[in-house]
Amino acid sequence: MTSIWLSSASATVRRVVLPLRNGRKSYSAKVESRLSERVVESLRAVTGKDGVSVGSAVREQHGRDESVHSCRPPDVVVWPRSVEEVSALAKVCHRHRLPIIPFGTGTGLEGGVGAVKGGVSFDLRKMESILDLHQEDFDVTVEPGVTRTALNSYLRDSGLWFPVDPGADASLCGMAATSASGTNAVRYGTMRENVLNLEVVLADGTVFHTAGKGRRPRKTSAGYNLTNLFVGSEGTLGILTKTTLRLYGIPEAMVSAVCSFPSVQTAVDSTVQILQCGIPIARIEFLDDVMIDACNRYSNLSYPVSPTLFLEFHGSEKSLEEQVSMAEEITKANSGSDFNWARDPETRGRLWKARHDAWYAALALRPGCKAYSTDVCVPLSRLPRIIVETKEDLTTNNLTGPIAGHVGDGNFHCLMVLDPDDPAEVQRVHEFTDRLARRALALDGTCTGEHGVGLGKRGLLREELGPQAMGVMERLKASLDPINLMNPGKVL
Amino acid sequence: MNCNPIFFFQIRVKPDRTGVVTDGVKHSMNPFCEIAVEEAVRLKERKLVKEVIAVSCGPQQVQETIRTALAMGADRGIHVDVSGKDYENLGPLQVSKILAALAKKEDASLVVLGKQAIDDDNNQTGQMTAAMLDWAQGTFASEVVIEGDKIKVVREIDGGLETIQIKMPAVVTADLRLNTPRYATLPNIMKAKKKKIDYMKPSDLGVDLISRIEVVSVDEPPQREAGVKVESVEDLVSKLRDSGRI
Repeated sequence: MTSIWLSSASATVRRVVLPLRNGRKSYSAKVESRLSERVVESLRAVTGKDGVSVGSAVREQHGRDESVHSCRPPDVVVWPRSVEEVSALAKVCHRHRLPIIPFGTGTGLEGGVGAVKGGVSFDLRKMESILDLHQEDFDVTVEPGVTRTALNSYLRDSGLWFPVDPGADASLCGMAATSASGTNAVRYGTMRENVLNLEVVLADGTVFHTAGKGRRPRKTSAGYNLTNLFVGSEGTLGILTKTTLRLYGIPEAMVSAVCSFPSVQTAVDSTVQILQCGIPIARIEFLDDVMIDACNRYSNLSYPVSPTLFLEFHGSEKSLEEQVSMAEEITKANSGSDFNWARDPETRGRLWKARHDAWYAALALRPGCKAYSTDVCVPLSRLPRIIVETKEDLTTNNLTGPIAGHVGDGNFHCLMVLDPDDPAEVQRVHEFTDRLARRALALDGTCTGEHGVGLGKRGLLREELGPQAMGVMERLKASLDPINLMNPGKVL
Repeated sequence: MNCNPIFFFQIRVKPDRTGVVTDGVKHSMNPFCEIAVEEAVRLKERKLVKEVIAVSCGPQQVQETIRTALAMGADRGIHVDVSGKDYENLGPLQVSKILAALAKKEDASLVVLGKQAIDDDNNQTGQMTAAMLDWAQGTFASEVVIEGDKIKVVREIDGGLETIQIKMPAVVTADLRLNTPRYATLPNIMKAKKKKIDYMKPSDLGVDLISRIEVVSVDEPPQREAGVKVESVEDLVSKLRDSGRI
């Protein structure tokens, strides 16, 4: 079975879908770029010879991220070196009606970089400067090629750090585009709370700053909140070429702790009470019994196989003593047992190893399978109910889905381990994730706490927001990107 | 301690091929020196040593490196001023003379260094310093245990670990797995501003900086050339023959 599509743009298009063994579809490596040489030359005129590639391997690399969505390669990849080049390239794309897909590190989890309508992938890694660090003001501006660990390495002697940690070593501008979060959001917030200003290039090449050029006050009430309009826009409104970030002081000391509970309810109750006591806990992570069992096997540990909380406290020596003892009291009151804690980095690393290896431990449960992570988020009080119902759903439908979650935010992930060559299982997982998302929506939550909407959750977004809010979003999109060049097929 | 270009920066060779470009490149403490400072601070926290002095040789900018060491917990610093041409020619021999002189002047019983600097990878300063002082040395340390006036050092060697016991005074050089250095936190950085950094010149210590080594040239590794696709095995063999590889 083959299908041939003709494009409405310039040259001939031949995208061939080949049937491979086991009915798995794959895009042929011989996909021809659908761009005429003339267009490629005008791109080269901006970036120089080395800044443009139509090589099939390069394009395939830029058509996938870390999600399970299949590869959708762009027609060409460009590497701009400055915001002026980004703007000039955008103008070329605008003139020729080519989709624009910004590419940071390709570590997204929702297929956000897939070029569903072909187009030009803007690989921004050559723009890698760290600019304007203001230590006394706790802010810094970075370009899209700067990753989270690169920034924190740069900052280490200054006593400051950027705490938002989504796990992968992602581009900071990419994290802004997807409104990333992480394990210590409960104390330091997500990207929404920590981006002060953005430099944006729109589809027609217009360059502007969402809070005004160079501005970085800690708070503002000047005009519409454009900064947070673009945070989380997933490349559908503009290309982020600079982001000004809020920094924090590196904590004087850290303590990590682990505690097991007889049930999900008691674990979550402890979480709620710890937060209600005002303990400024930095990380509070939940692993269910299936997950702990997987971690025990994978990392050769011997944690009791029951719902477990991993906690981390940041602060001065004195405040840590207080925080840890209060937290211990609370966990004991909720039938928590085996409260283990550690202060020095080596032991803390060992304590948390289980949580760090969770993804791989889940994959190791069924070698040869792939993993997909769900991402719902509900108000704290609804968490026990949704986790219990979800676990029942998993068992009834014979699915492997160990649970790990940022309970402090009401956000949890089922790491679905599935055999991609078993269409029945793929279907069951798909239906399960839909049910899970709807369960979260019914409990006043969201279908995506931190991964974004990307390709796969557009329908759910519509359900979550309702037609009026969706209408407003569509109007905004139409006004900023009337011919839908910015990352088409995502979010809306 | 050594002040090096930060390890993930793109390094470029200077046009005159005498060295690498350091202007505008962010510098920070040599990673092995960080580990050395961390170990010294831990020894003090365990009350096995009384005072930790952080030393760096170089121009004005090394004061930042000394301040970082103070923020990590060193008690005071010494900046030995070496700048301009002298700094470009500064090598392990001169640095070890300076350290030896300082160790005597400060009546130190232990000198801890990183095993090597990541800019020139010489791995000589620690050993030369020990030789000049005629002290014992424990190099490539991945574990250091002070027992009275002796030190047990576990050294990383090819093929495994070697444990030796040396008598103080001694020189120890830190290897990667000795510890995980702490971050300098803001309150400690504030406190470090008040700690003392003594300033002196090599001549004050009676040290001459004449270099016996001349750098002839510095080159980048050869540019990677594009590969060539061939259509057949015969083609491949003939191309290999042409380029003299077979």
